[in-house]
Amino acid sequence: MDTRTKNVSLEDLQRIVGAEHAREATPEDAVDGVEPAFVAEPGSVEETSELLRLASGEGLTVAPRGGGTKMALGNPPRELDLILSTTRMNEVIEYVPGDQVVRVQAGLRLQELQDLLAGSDQMLGVDPPEEGATIGGVVAANSTGPRRYRYGTIRDLIIGIKIVLSDGTVAKAGGKVVKNVAGYDLSKLFTGSLGTLGVIAECNFRLHPKPETGRTVAVELSSPAAANGAAQAILHSQLVPSAVELHWREDVRLLTVLIEGIEPSVEAQVETASHLLGGFGEVRELTEEEAGTLGPLAPPGAADEVAIKISTPPAELAGVLSSVLGTTERGGVTAQTTAHAGNGVAYVGLSGGEEEARVQIVEELREIWTRRGGSVVVREAPVTFKERVEVWGPLGSRLELSRRVKEKFDPRGTLNPGRFVGGI
Amino acid sequence: MEHDRLVRTMEAILGPEGVISEREQLRSYECDGLMNYRVIPELVVLPETAEHVQQIVKLCYDEGIPFVARGSGTGLSGGALPVESGVLIVLSRMRKILEVDIPNQRVVVEPGVLNMWVTNEVAEHGYYYAPDPASQLISSIGGNLAENSGGVHCLKYGFTTNHVMGAEIVLPDGTMVNVGGGKAPDAPGYELLGAFVGSEGTLGIATKITLRIVRKPESVRTLLAAFKDTEEAGGAVSGIIGAGIVPAAIEMMDSLCIEAVETAVHPGFPQAGAILIVELDGPKAEVESQFEQTVRICEENNASEIRIAEDDTERALFWKGRKASFAAMGRISNDYYVQDSVVPRTELGKVLKRISEIGEEHGMRVANVFHAGDGNLHPLVLYDNNVPGEAERAEDVAGEIVLTCLEHGGSLTGEHGIGVDKKKYMPKMFATEDLDTFQLLRCAFDPHQICNPGKVLPTPRLCGERPGPFRMHPVQKAGLAENF
Repeated sequence: MDTRTKNVSLEDLQRIVGAEHAREATPEDAVDGVEPAFVAEPGSVEETSELLRLASGEGLTVAPRGGGTKMALGNPPRELDLILSTTRMNEVIEYVPGDQVVRVQAGLRLQELQDLLAGSDQMLGVDPPEEGATIGGVVAANSTGPRRYRYGTIRDLIIGIKIVLSDGTVAKAGGKVVKNVAGYDLSKLFTGSLGTLGVIAECNFRLHPKPETGRTVAVELSSPAAANGAAQAILHSQLVPSAVELHWREDVRLLTVLIEGIEPSVEAQVETASHLLGGFGEVRELTEEEAGTLGPLAPPGAADEVAIKISTPPAELAGVLSSVLGTTERGGVTAQTTAHAGNGVAYVGLSGGEEEARVQIVEELREIWTRRGGSVVVREAPVTFKERVEVWGPLGSRLELSRRVKEKFDPRGTLNPGRFVGGI
Repeated sequence: MEHDRLVRTMEAILGPEGVISEREQLRSYECDGLMNYRVIPELVVLPETAEHVQQIVKLCYDEGIPFVARGSGTGLSGGALPVESGVLIVLSRMRKILEVDIPNQRVVVEPGVLNMWVTNEVAEHGYYYAPDPASQLISSIGGNLAENSGGVHCLKYGFTTNHVMGAEIVLPDGTMVNVGGGKAPDAPGYELLGAFVGSEGTLGIATKITLRIVRKPESVRTLLAAFKDTEEAGGAVSGIIGAGIVPAAIEMMDSLCIEAVETAVHPGFPQAGAILIVELDGPKAEVESQFEQTVRICEENNASEIRIAEDDTERALFWKGRKASFAAMGRISNDYYVQDSVVPRTELGKVLKRISEIGEEHGMRVANVFHAGDGNLHPLVLYDNNVPGEAERAEDVAGEIVLTCLEHGGSLTGEHGIGVDKKKYMPKMFATEDLDTFQLLRCAFDPHQICNPGKVLPTPRLCGERPGPFRMHPVQKAGLAENF
């Protein structure tokens, strides 16, 4: 069997990362049906740099991979030769609790980091739902969770980054202090760039104290208008919730408010929240278990399911829900919606019905919400669906500039070609 | 382009009242808040609309003329310093608040709108705009965006970059793009907005900016505590942060700074080696409980006096003293040189000690006022410009302080920016590869490097992507770079 791909052999990769850390790819390594030739797991920034230099020099295309939880995000790759797995680079480089700052390698699992930080009553203020996600993956995919209402997204928490460009250049930006305006903020540029600009090797974050305790208040909703009313009532109050979530599916119609902090404050805020929500339906407190099972949107189960993300101004919540309910009902498709209701982000899982119907629903929603200043992104879908619907949607005036940025950072198109916006 | 023709072309776009070309008038724009650097621009233009800005920039692009954008000119790193043969685009006539959207907690403004106006506009709805640089009465949102301004409350609420949600920008080639989602979050594609905010005017000009506004907290409590020295005050800071409290602000002033402020604005501060101002805000029950804890921690760290602001007037007096610190230096020294370096909080004690040693070694006085919560120092090196050699010595002292901060894992600047002032130190903080990578971003936005050239990066490099016959680069023409 010929193991050379574009003049690179498995041995060439093994020479860089060691024999046990490079292998031929298996069908499980495919990205949207595109099977790579090799998988390599560098153990250091230097090895990552050497791998990329070899790959770009020989014209290999590379997909960086962390926990592999977000490989379904993006368009199918135009081509793919090598998966560069970061999971061996999983060390905490520096953690001084008194500084509330941590420096980690990108392949570290988020959960492992959170476990470590919890020992000092601290946390990184992101809570994406994917299990097994690595830090680098969370940054590259800009994964968020319910607590973004209070702590912002990873772009608000990242304070420094080390990256490896496709020509092997190792560069850093930012630093390990929270307040820092020296140089360009490449940490933010790389947030959400889906591995198309370079491989994220290390990240530095600001941390927050871990709340002492938390409770969840929920209101049963009768209509999309009630959902918006309840969310607005919380948004414009002086409460400081950690999360304001909407759950809307066949059996559940709830707006939940997570209050965290010190005991007396949580108690007082729960009381105020209950009072505010009372005007929109029946209010009850959720047990920890119940709140846990509601969770952020579970990934779609069946293989033909489609998951989309609708971003809109937060006060459009009723409109978002109505548009989802209207289009899915007409199309004979079942919708499950979980929204970060205070932020204007809704995740909708579409199941059942014909693919044609799901295509139409997504296109219709995209047409509505793009026109109103938002966006609709396909988060997960079968390849047949992605062949019919571009996953990112229109980019407007930003496309040309985005292409120029890509062109500068990865001129040969080595990294994740085709998967990002506008076919970048 | 020859001068008279440039003036006529600009006048055709802006009308004669929008163009300043008289040398005496140009002089008022020769520097920003950092007065050590002065350059008279060839021309000042005062656009009133985004289309004006676009036309001006397009003209500059076509003619290879470098340009610099300027807001209120309060910057402290020379970011808005003009370029000699270039155009200075002053945005102070673009001062409209375009939209207030309370349901979505957004305000849309033109770049010349002053920081404080945003809060004034939304205060009646119980909202405010959180970033509060000391210059907030006069600095503009466009300038804040360019510099990623901080302020005393950014420890808890974040910096400008955490509050700008979208911007319409004119790129250096005159095209207009919208970056960031604006009212909707998570716009697909690269985080171009995050890269643009804090780029010190080198990537383009923002002509419309969408800001996030924040609900006023239910409760605010402020205390002022006096300590024997900065070390004991630093102990209290560590204690507060270590207790899991996130104060809205923790500011420290040393004895020299207290003396200056007392002379200048008479806030009635206690005589002490160091003062802390600590502010907590948020839900009442949380603030009450954590405020008691904060008082206790100050006592445990031997505070000699603790004053608690009983109302907004007393709170304002504490802050008046703090915010007047820079200006007050004039009372105890003819001139001062301010730095803006940052150190990890746990290194504060060691660094402060070293700063005082550096001052002694050079026989210079150094006053310290700083954001203790995030380790952002503002050492003020006092000197007298009339004494020959003192200005140079002050700069040496400031330079040593900066390097000390870097040795302790810190940064050159927390909020003032690199501008022209600190670019020579950039290679001390960043490797060549880092700086080259910054340059990639700059070239993607500004391939001809005509947008605020000579700022941020220590050695302007050419983007080198124009094959063909040699043509003098505008940056070279302006004498800002040599080809290599």
